[in-house]
Amino acid sequence: MSGDGATPVSPNTETDRGDDAQEHEHEEADRTEVQTGATAVIRALENAGVRYAFGVQGGAIMPVYDALYDSAIDHITMAHEQGAVHAATAYGTVTGDPGVCMATSGPGATNLVTGIADANMDSEPLLALTGQVPTDFVGNDAFQETDTVGVTRPITKANYFASSPDSVGFDVSEAFGLAKMGRQGPTLVDLPKDVSQGETDSEPGGPTTPTTYNPAEEADQAAVERAAERFAQAERPVILAGGGVMKAEACEQLYEFATEFEVPVVTTMPAIGAFPEDHELSLEWAGMHGTGYANMAITMTDCMLAVGTRFDDRLTGGIDTFAPDADIIHADIDPAEISKNVHADYPLVGDAKAVFEQFHAAMPQAPAADEWLEQVAQWKAEYPMDYEMDEDGPIKPQFVVEVVDAATADDTIVTTGVGQHQMWASQYWTYTQPRTWVSSHGLGTMGYGLPAAIGARIAAEDDQQVVCFDGDGSFLMTCQELSVAVREDLDITVFVLNNAAIGMVRQWQDAFYEQRRMASEYPWMPAFDKLAEAFGARGFRIEEQDEVEETVQAALDYEGPSIVDVFIDPEENVYPMVPSGGDNGLFALSEEQL
Amino acid sequence: MTGLQGPDPSERARPEGKRNEQGFRIDPEAAAEPETRRTVISALVENEPGVLAKVSGLFSRRQFNIESLTVGPTEDEELSRITLVVEESDPGIEQVEKQLAKVIPVISVRELDSDALQRELVILKVNGGSQPDKVQAVTEMYTGTTLDAGPRTVTVQITGDEQKINDAIDAFRQFGIREIARTGQAALARGERWTARTEGSQATEEAKGAYADDD
Repeated sequence: MSGDGATPVSPNTETDRGDDAQEHEHEEADRTEVQTGATAVIRALENAGVRYAFGVQGGAIMPVYDALYDSAIDHITMAHEQGAVHAATAYGTVTGDPGVCMATSGPGATNLVTGIADANMDSEPLLALTGQVPTDFVGNDAFQETDTVGVTRPITKANYFASSPDSVGFDVSEAFGLAKMGRQGPTLVDLPKDVSQGETDSEPGGPTTPTTYNPAEEADQAAVERAAERFAQAERPVILAGGGVMKAEACEQLYEFATEFEVPVVTTMPAIGAFPEDHELSLEWAGMHGTGYANMAITMTDCMLAVGTRFDDRLTGGIDTFAPDADIIHADIDPAEISKNVHADYPLVGDAKAVFEQFHAAMPQAPAADEWLEQVAQWKAEYPMDYEMDEDGPIKPQFVVEVVDAATADDTIVTTGVGQHQMWASQYWTYTQPRTWVSSHGLGTMGYGLPAAIGARIAAEDDQQVVCFDGDGSFLMTCQELSVAVREDLDITVFVLNNAAIGMVRQWQDAFYEQRRMASEYPWMPAFDKLAEAFGARGFRIEEQDEVEETVQAALDYEGPSIVDVFIDPEENVYPMVPSGGDNGLFALSEEQL
Repeated sequence: MTGLQGPDPSERARPEGKRNEQGFRIDPEAAAEPETRRTVISALVENEPGVLAKVSGLFSRRQFNIESLTVGPTEDEELSRITLVVEESDPGIEQVEKQLAKVIPVISVRELDSDALQRELVILKVNGGSQPDKVQAVTEMYTGTTLDAGPRTVTVQITGDEQKINDAIDAFRQFGIREIARTGQAALARGERWTARTEGSQATEEAKGAYADDD
């Protein structure tokens, strides 16, 4: 969104990237010298250990980009600001540190909005820096002016309008600190051009938080003991692990607790990978398209230990039928989540890691739940996640997911868009490690997959494989970011599960709208393999079952970005399914049961 | 047709209980709508731009029922006090407090006891020119003040709690009310009790000793 075409634009700093890890070590000597508001902003990022920023240039943000010219921070120029914010969010998911995205004022900032809202819903750490028109012009409807602070107020954890070159560095330090501390989330600093350009020698330090911001670490010990006493008496205990477990780096504590006391573990979607899905105590994830056994367990339990979850409606189904026999022990770092959607009989406010350690120590004995464990094992046998594929029939998407899973390492990172493909990728891939599942949950942002793969690829260095499962509709929304993957030579493999439809809508239309397929069928899709070649990526196409394994392997072997256009059964639907607001225990296994 | 294997929904084990809309477990036979009540919530906030927008945005976004909202400076020039009157169920009031407390520039939040001192000011303009004595009598009955009197209109101010203001407005209706401006409720806790704690602020540090006797 370049506004000031006349001013020279800083060249991209990509030439600094990738050759030598030593380059990224921020020695004191490498730090930006603070002379202006913009250099104070960059210095604050450097002091916070930021190594990458994702963004798009433009008029009002140019002074900040100019300050980046001399910084060791690598900037990844994206094709669209939405790509920048999704890439930065995924970077945060994989590393646990706030991803940084940058955009100019007006359209640059509003293009970030979807991604900021996405990060807010999923409590992902993210820092957005936006240019703004000079302070004297604010309120005059100046060129590329938008009230960015106003627009993003309800979708940020905190946001700032920088008022002075002397304080802007501290604003950025605090915004970074708040994004990471307590319940994580997106923050934003709006940077008027005069503030960025104004002179200052005021040097920010490392990330900070306001003195009045004091999220709890440990939960109240007496409350933990009461809750542990109850949990130890449970006949049908279950752990519901939410995304907070991952964010608090509490997966190890979860594992220790669940295995020592033999308690089945159900995760929410954002917590996929928090507990190894190949473990016998894992019931995988619950909710609208969760496994039958997970939904049976959370429905029939008499005591649920829920940690780091906000009881989203896609998890609970109708509140009236959610775990209706259970005493709920709810631990969360955000007190506002306790008893928001589901009443907590035992509220615990604290960090998931600390709470698991306290709870573990406070357990008087393991619950006597042998019968329950047998019941859970029986449900696992009764409701297998399976599919049938006729030998000469169309390719089933579940098969594609399983083939890719088998052909990749255990620590491979999977990103997705939103829709049917996302559900198959979460159901038929076996996740065994934290931070390997990167997706858009609460907001359900189609188009998340490819920019997220770029962010994940950067975050994972060269250590892990990165694959993306996308749908044809989802991929088309952000496919311009393929140009970035080509330019940066990023080794990612995108599998477009192509059913020539936005399939989840089509599935709902068939089930709930008398098959009136209004605006859901996409027979006008481009040839994605050829599109890939046009961008300079490798394109593959799979139309027959017997091509799947060989072509998947060829695409994975290709070092660089590749797109695999997979023609799947267009009539395949996602099951199990709990209708919106429905009863989790009555999940449908087929359309007739809806 | 696609789908999975497994027992039909009608063949599955079923739980016995039920929850209400607030997520409380209830007796399915005796489900009742939660009763709402009117209460006063006081919040101390950083005196910085955007706080009022954050708080008022929160109320519309989360569909809280807000009856009145006032904001003004306090004894500490860095802090403002927001006084809210809300009508919500008990879980709703708890959510209002928690969501308010979560806003970063909000320093402290407290629901006031029912005996809290609550005052509101109303300015009324009535068609009282022809019967000034009667208007004067009603004004005195509500210990109000006449601010302006002309040949056709009289403008008075009344101060009091919400009930008194409502009663006064009813009493003035006989003259024909032209316009009303109300301030909304301001409130402080009664006696030595604190209205909202100001942890971290200078006033708090100075008054710390007093907190020890609180609650």
